[in-house]
Amino acid sequence: MVSGGVSKFAKARPDATFQKMVKEAFDYALGDVPRLKPDTIDGSVGSYFSDHFTRQLMAGIMATDYLGLCPKPNKRIEGGGATGGLCFQSAWESVASGRMNCCVAFGFETMSRVQTWKGNEFIAQASDMNFDYPVGGFYSGYYAMMVNRHIHEFGTTVEQMAMVSVKNHRNACFNPYAQKQKRLTVREVRNSEMVAYPLTLLDICVMSDGAAVCILADEKTAFRLTDKPVRITGVGTGTDMMRMADRPHGKVILAPNEKESDYRNVKYPGVHSFRAGRSAGLQAYKMAGIKDPLKEIDFIELHDAYTSSEIQTYEDLALCRYGEGGKFVEQGHPFMPRIDYGLKLKKKGTIPVNPSGGLIACGHPVGATGLMQAVFSFWQIQGSIRKHFGSGELQLKKANRGLIHSHAGTGTYVTVSILEKGW
Amino acid sequence: MTNKRIGTAKPRLHGRNAKIEEVMTGATVYNVPFPQELGTLKEMSPIVIRHPYSVEYLHSYGQDSPFFAGIANGRLLGTRCGRCRYTYATPRLHCANCGGETDWTELPREGRVHTFTTCYYGSEEFLKETPFHLILVEFDGVDTLFLARLIGVEGPEEIRIGMKVKSKFRRNSQLKPTDVYFVPS
Repeated sequence: MVSGGVSKFAKARPDATFQKMVKEAFDYALGDVPRLKPDTIDGSVGSYFSDHFTRQLMAGIMATDYLGLCPKPNKRIEGGGATGGLCFQSAWESVASGRMNCCVAFGFETMSRVQTWKGNEFIAQASDMNFDYPVGGFYSGYYAMMVNRHIHEFGTTVEQMAMVSVKNHRNACFNPYAQKQKRLTVREVRNSEMVAYPLTLLDICVMSDGAAVCILADEKTAFRLTDKPVRITGVGTGTDMMRMADRPHGKVILAPNEKESDYRNVKYPGVHSFRAGRSAGLQAYKMAGIKDPLKEIDFIELHDAYTSSEIQTYEDLALCRYGEGGKFVEQGHPFMPRIDYGLKLKKKGTIPVNPSGGLIACGHPVGATGLMQAVFSFWQIQGSIRKHFGSGELQLKKANRGLIHSHAGTGTYVTVSILEKGW
Repeated sequence: MTNKRIGTAKPRLHGRNAKIEEVMTGATVYNVPFPQELGTLKEMSPIVIRHPYSVEYLHSYGQDSPFFAGIANGRLLGTRCGRCRYTYATPRLHCANCGGETDWTELPREGRVHTFTTCYYGSEEFLKETPFHLILVEFDGVDTLFLARLIGVEGPEEIRIGMKVKSKFRRNSQLKPTDVYFVPS
């Protein structure tokens, strides 16, 4: 990866069509690598989730032509919430296969064009239209059911979930791209409106208008363009059955640092865990040669559409054992080491998770989200957070290796990519 | 989308967080201001128009149709794989385990709550029904779960994982999966 750009995520951008938002992110990315000339770019991949939100079929080509990338190759990548992560990996495939030396990945979503509850309806149509949607299709309801089972199995608490919200909203105070910047307490999170028991308004990410762009290149091209390229050393993609009801209740897929005896009483994945996330993580770890993710990864940007799913994802990514995700956040491991959250944390900052503020605070313009994570991680590894954010509060001292995680449906598509210092 | 359904969102925020209900109706404008200087055009506010669209879609239940015929007749059907005997509470004609074809089978009348939630908000289509309770039901001898509404309870504090529930059916079928629902047994 040689460059990236993000449009400022906002609740509504009526001033711009999707093409213009993509152009903003693209121009920012180009501006950061002045040696990159348009004829170096061999093609692009584009991602957006919903034709309903866009109300424009073949929107991908309209963004491509707006960027001036015709007649080069382009295609659309779509996979629900993981759309951006899949797009990133598709651009990686284009370069890794040798088809392109330099590929642009762009993603966007325009979610403000309908009211929130219509938007929720569009999103819920990404669940089985025969058996799930008509019963009361609502993604917050689905995630609430999953976390209620997690609470039942493992004793996870709503206060532990609220700590994720406190963390991500607080981190976002130092990220000018974030949509929501708040200093919250656990009590405020719990006292906010109940959306789907036990998830409150502040446990859930918001809809957003926005775009993001990543530029990927092969090693030779990359070093010609920048002194500080970031190497993609591992990719993994997992899937699971669309209907939560269909998920098996079998054995845990073991990470290298786990053994079967750890999970005598766990029926896996059930509805409490994301098998796709575990599968994607293990593929990426294997490819990157990671044995103990907690020790070998410096930070993570993961798909926290819900505070609960951040906790569930700690476990899928083997940062802790299944069932220990709640304690993991309670002890402080995923917090930033130097930021004050107004919480007493014993083991603060072992592995910062969502230093950018994540989806909960940055917003979730679906097709852009997975690429946004890549851009923030790219800047983190380059050590250029101060340059791009205007302040260095979120710059980690050691950020040689990061993980990005993009997640769809109730865990139906999950991508994990490992990014490392490439120079 | 009909006019009536626009603005069914009922903001329930209190105190200083209270907000007036947003609706998507607006004024009809015939005269749009236009500046003398074209150079100032980039400063103009975006023009936003209302654009309702609706679709009549013929949704086929395809191979899942017998399930809907079942609930219309007060019978809840799942499927069982003829090859590996894996049993699906939410039916599918082909087994995801072994690829074999499944056969229709009647599910028990009674099951247990595997997990649950109470939705206070929802998609626009279901907003008027809030709050409603969703459960995943587990049945003895059945490998997968079934998503349904639970009625007959007031709030989430009255629902617990493992509680026994019993299926009931609408007398007038809507040919929707909500023709079957559950009550505490």
